[in-house]
Amino acid sequence: MPLFTALLAGVIFGVGLVVSGMIFPAKVLGFLDLAGHWDPSLGLVMVGAIAAGSIAFAIARKRPRSALGFEIKLPTNRQIDARLVVGSLLFGVGWGIAGLCPGPALVDLGTGQLKPAVFFVALLLGMGLFEWLNRRLRA
Amino acid sequence: MNIDWTVFTPWSALGGGVLIGLAAAVFLLVNGRIAGISGVLGGLLQPRSGDVGWRLAFLIGLLVTPLLFMLAGRPQVVPIESGYGALILAGLLVGLGTRLGSGCTSGHGVCGISRLSPRSLVATALFMLAGFATTFVVRHLLGL
Repeated sequence: MPLFTALLAGVIFGVGLVVSGMIFPAKVLGFLDLAGHWDPSLGLVMVGAIAAGSIAFAIARKRPRSALGFEIKLPTNRQIDARLVVGSLLFGVGWGIAGLCPGPALVDLGTGQLKPAVFFVALLLGMGLFEWLNRRLRA
Repeated sequence: MNIDWTVFTPWSALGGGVLIGLAAAVFLLVNGRIAGISGVLGGLLQPRSGDVGWRLAFLIGLLVTPLLFMLAGRPQVVPIESGYGALILAGLLVGLGTRLGSGCTSGHGVCGISRLSPRSLVATALFMLAGFATTFVVRHLLGL
């Protein structure tokens, strides 16, 4: 059951990305390009997602357990540190170059085209680089 | 700044956004997990027993979406203008940055802001600013 609901959540998420047009890098870059012909769509995607998400997190605050009885795991780290700042900036630069972030990249990978596959392999390598750096920073 | 009304799609953006929020709600209230794609994916690189299945199931859901659209008679083709070099550089930065910063557009941008996390508000402001700045440099200064 938890695997089915996780799959379902993934599909709903994916459909949302397709419907909103966020699987198209041109649409994402149209939002990020403030100086060009601006496409505010991504902003409204955020508004819709946060409106629905806020209700869910308000409910979660009052219930320690999920509908299937799992602990609702919320992040506990509250520190605004160099990792958060540098990581977010690096991500933003990468996002601005190609107009792809992890969710849309996965949906685009599912179309079977070559370019999303190249991006996705590089993304995994980047995540691997983090694991390597993380071990070195801790050591 | 001038809004391009020929490409702005307010209703599908809002509707798609609500679906994304709904997916995050299902994942949170049923599975007890945050729908942050980079975190769900990154956790697979250091797999722990009992922690793999739900991650894979969620990611497979995203991956099969185009297949479902194809079966419904609406195949999705995604034009990508970036060259291979740019895609590789962007992928490396997105992979490293989202893990170092503990989240991406979904984890920080949607889930984090939905629960008013100060960390996520800062992260979202920073990756948006970096995205705006990068797109400006690439399109208007380098003219690519």
